[in-house]
Amino acid sequence: MSATTFDAAAAARRWRPPPLIASPLLRYAVYLGALAYALLALGSIEVNWTRAAEGLDRAAAFLSGFFPPDFVTKWEDIQEGLLESVTMTIVSTAAGILLSLPIALGAARNLAPLPVYLFCRAIIAISRTFQEVIIAIIFVAMVGFGPLAGMLTLAFATLGFMAKLLAEDIEDIERAQAEAVRATGAGWFSWIAWSVLPQVKPRLIGLSAYRLDINFRESAVLGLVGAGGIGDTLNTAFDRYEFGTAAAVLLIIIAIVLACEYASGMIRRWVQ
Amino acid sequence: MAVINRPGQPPLWKRRSTVQDLLVWLGWLAAVALTVACFQFISERTIWAFVWDAPRQGADLVGRMFPPAWGYADQLWKPLWDTINIATLGTALAVLLGVPLAFLAAHNTTPSVVFVRPLALFIIVASRSINSLIWALILVIILGPGVLAGILAIALRSLGFIGKLLYEAIEEIDRTQVEALESTGANPAQVLSWAIVPQVMPAFAGITVFRWDINIREATVLGLVGAGGIGMQLEASINTLAWPQVTTIFLLILATVAVSEWLSARVRHAII
Repeated sequence: MSATTFDAAAAARRWRPPPLIASPLLRYAVYLGALAYALLALGSIEVNWTRAAEGLDRAAAFLSGFFPPDFVTKWEDIQEGLLESVTMTIVSTAAGILLSLPIALGAARNLAPLPVYLFCRAIIAISRTFQEVIIAIIFVAMVGFGPLAGMLTLAFATLGFMAKLLAEDIEDIERAQAEAVRATGAGWFSWIAWSVLPQVKPRLIGLSAYRLDINFRESAVLGLVGAGGIGDTLNTAFDRYEFGTAAAVLLIIIAIVLACEYASGMIRRWVQ
Repeated sequence: MAVINRPGQPPLWKRRSTVQDLLVWLGWLAAVALTVACFQFISERTIWAFVWDAPRQGADLVGRMFPPAWGYADQLWKPLWDTINIATLGTALAVLLGVPLAFLAAHNTTPSVVFVRPLALFIIVASRSINSLIWALILVIILGPGVLAGILAIALRSLGFIGKLLYEAIEEIDRTQVEALESTGANPAQVLSWAIVPQVMPAFAGITVFRWDINIREATVLGLVGAGGIGMQLEASINTLAWPQVTTIFLLILATVAVSEWLSARVRHAII
């Protein structure tokens, strides 16, 4: 039997939690790299401080636009912009969801053969890579200024978003149910309708509500490149230095986004 | 499940009662009618002659866009570096501001549920409802065009995103670890750093990398309103109808987004 002796070395060694990156070499490399990058990046920023200082007056003018915001003077324009945004949101969400259903079925590896799978995944990748505003530029060039370009943009973006998330959900379905329906001799459409659809329906409804919310938010910026909506009104207000109207538009956007977010959260909780 | 009892016949099983069936159909009818009405609204604001011309315009556009102006790429490295800096520094700034905000907003760490929490939640919501392009529009008016406006726009938008997801993660932590530390007599700061922070660390890293990936995408278009990065070159090329240059920019954006997506997927995979 050995008596427990006081180990000074062990007592001096304080316990520390394991670091996030286990390998010390990699850890210090990441730290050094981050430091070097930060120095390089900060060094390459050119800031015109005199211009920024002059901007303080404008910042004050902009902030005073909020006290009180001017809803009245340009109410007609605001109303038109809002109606465009809302109609764009609704039509593009509906069209995007309808188009995304076949793509989602094709992009699920457990349903589709490889060529169809690759084709559908390629469509999803194209739709998701570019920012909505860039797609809007192309649609504006093709179909002209106005809400139709915005609607097409949002429908295209909805297509990629819905198809990707839905395809992932279809790949995760319970195989037993699908096999049970198939064993009854069901055809392909009955099989999809009675074994796949019921399993992904809660997610489909939840994602649709979420996308409706996103589409409204995005519709507020598409106006900057001429694709209609409330962003158009906002941009015009900024161009004319009508900060009161701009503040009113911003407040309306925040209010609608809040209402949308709350409603879509309610729908998702109710379904799931 | 509804059962319809018919005299002299076995009962009929249906998924919904007749009234429920009718209500579901009415719901669908209303949704379709709303969508059609909205489309009608958009259609009235569309010059259809331009739209029917779109395939020809599209073919014409593609004809002008190819071959890409490869030589132009030499002028794009600096704007691309700026774009990456806008996204990265913007994310870093958002982390610096968003992490304290998340701890102030989370139910279990906030110093005051009545006073501090609603304020923190309001900042998070206001930041999230306004798109980074609109933040950029406002900041360019105040600070003048340049990279600084872009960094701040990205930071202001990401602040709410990081704050929201992180405070939700903080609220979902395992209470028992906190209790274990409290029972050893740890003070609140020790509980925070030894029980709460280690639990939310993986979520925090995942959220940050995810947002950085989104920000790379957003930063490519901030230049359209003058907030620096490759979008400035895009705007200039579109305004001068230099479509081969636009193609080069698109390809460069495509490559950057693909790399950032791959990188963020790798990091998230390693963490979670």
